[in-house]
Amino acid sequence: MALTPAEVRSIAGLARLAVGEQDIPQYARNLSRILEFVAQLDKADTRDIAPMAHPLDMAQRLRDDTVTETNQRDVFQQNAPQVQAGLYIVPKIIE
Amino acid sequence: MEWETVIGLEIHTQLLTKSKIFSGAATAFGAPPNTQACLVDLGYPGVLPVLNQEAVRMAVKFGLAIGATIAQHSVFARKNYFYPDLPKGYQISQYELPVVSRGSVEIELEDGASKRIGITRAHLEEDAGKSLHEGFEGVSGIDLNRAGTPLLEIVSEPDLRSAREAVAYMKKIHTLVRYLGICDGNMQEGSFRCDANVSLRRKGDSKLGTRAELKNINSFHFVEKAITYEIGRQAEVLESGGQVVQETRLYDSKKNETRSMRSKEEANDYRYFPDPDLLPLEIAPAFIAAVRETLPELPDAKRQRFAEQYGLSGYDAGLLTASRELADYYEAVVKAVGGEPKACANWVMGELAAALNRGNQDIAASPVSAAALAGLIKRVLDNTVSGKLAKEVFEAMWAGEGEADAVIAGRGLTQITDSSAIEKVIDEVMAANPEQLAAYRAGKDKLFAFFVGQVMKASKGKANPQQVNALLKRKLAG
Repeated sequence: MALTPAEVRSIAGLARLAVGEQDIPQYARNLSRILEFVAQLDKADTRDIAPMAHPLDMAQRLRDDTVTETNQRDVFQQNAPQVQAGLYIVPKIIE
Repeated sequence: MEWETVIGLEIHTQLLTKSKIFSGAATAFGAPPNTQACLVDLGYPGVLPVLNQEAVRMAVKFGLAIGATIAQHSVFARKNYFYPDLPKGYQISQYELPVVSRGSVEIELEDGASKRIGITRAHLEEDAGKSLHEGFEGVSGIDLNRAGTPLLEIVSEPDLRSAREAVAYMKKIHTLVRYLGICDGNMQEGSFRCDANVSLRRKGDSKLGTRAELKNINSFHFVEKAITYEIGRQAEVLESGGQVVQETRLYDSKKNETRSMRSKEEANDYRYFPDPDLLPLEIAPAFIAAVRETLPELPDAKRQRFAEQYGLSGYDAGLLTASRELADYYEAVVKAVGGEPKACANWVMGELAAALNRGNQDIAASPVSAAALAGLIKRVLDNTVSGKLAKEVFEAMWAGEGEADAVIAGRGLTQITDSSAIEKVIDEVMAANPEQLAAYRAGKDKLFAFFVGQVMKASKGKANPQQVNALLKRKLAG
């Protein structure tokens, strides 16, 4: 299963990664080898096997519906590059 | 060319939990920005989501109410996309194994017939934050208070055939989630939101046409307008030999049009996969049985019961059961009056509903309680006050002047039922209008209404109208 350069560009776009044009052939090769490695699983007969959603054979624990978190906005916002009036400020996101 | 419209709705309902779906932060609306966004909601590294039991219970409750299958084993998945109001870079949702699948509701069509609308699935997911653009230059502000609020996304089958049907279905779900107490249904605050998938196909075709997804429709009125606009747009494209493009379109209520959101198309590759942070959700039959015990009487059942038990028309029963609060109010009135369900219905749907509408108020905020309204209706029924003056009494009660008896006594509105007192007024009216009396006696029957009016006026509306009619007839005859 060989990825095309266009597919590599598309994957990079979805992951918001800047990949230089000169690096694309190498990414295509490496990513294709990962897919080939995983593709070995296609040979396994899984007709009677229930799909596994999680490697741990356990069920989700549920919590009670109670508010346990207090307002720590000032602490958390110390990590933000820019805040204003309590809001996190980001580059404009509508055209 | 004749086209058939095919519509499916995706309704997002915010569940009425106190805390978020995967964290212990509060969900209350209207808090200052980011004061209800904890480390889990902010997507900090190393935190783990833990599922809120109440959100699961509410989803199961909805599933039972629509006769759906409740998955005893369901899975949470990551829906991947980048947007600043989604700090993790993915939304925790459900994909292949949702908690609720294959249910249905009945909607009423305009001709009175009912139609079954299939519900493909309802799944649990987290809401995103809010982006604010107004008042900023070149930047946007992000409020993550809403991030992590539990949502139940209800996905219908493409069973709807017109904008009207879509609205009827949406109202049905709106009523149902409020009956169940799982969502407040507040559309202004975004607790109940709707996306519509609209496509056209040639009449008689079984294959679905290419659809457009309409976003941002936040009222029943706009759902109808947005879909109607979109049907017209697609018909125009198809009639002129073009093809509908599969895309997301934003409804602009100011211009009443939908327009393409091109920027979103490319990102429509969500790469769902099971979230390794969450184990599968197992719902035991005992849990489902316990939730079933908590189901209230549902809207359809209540409506039918109202029609049968109170002898109301289907339409009136539908109005009175539109919300659980209104239905409870009505039943409390009937009980306090001790019968007379039709008179009670007329008051609740008439004066009370009109007063609530005027102030855009909810029944819960009614200044006239069910017991107080019943007190007034009793005074109408026992002839203490006339039906006409009772409306004045109601307005006074609405304005806070007290109970019916106090208002009637205070304003001197007690109906005159003493026939000798009424006769006295009639005599005075006849003496004051000799010409009309002569004309009436000469055969001008129409003047009867004139005399009724004069007597009512002279008695300040307090004379009992039935008695006035009977006594006048006799006296005018001479």
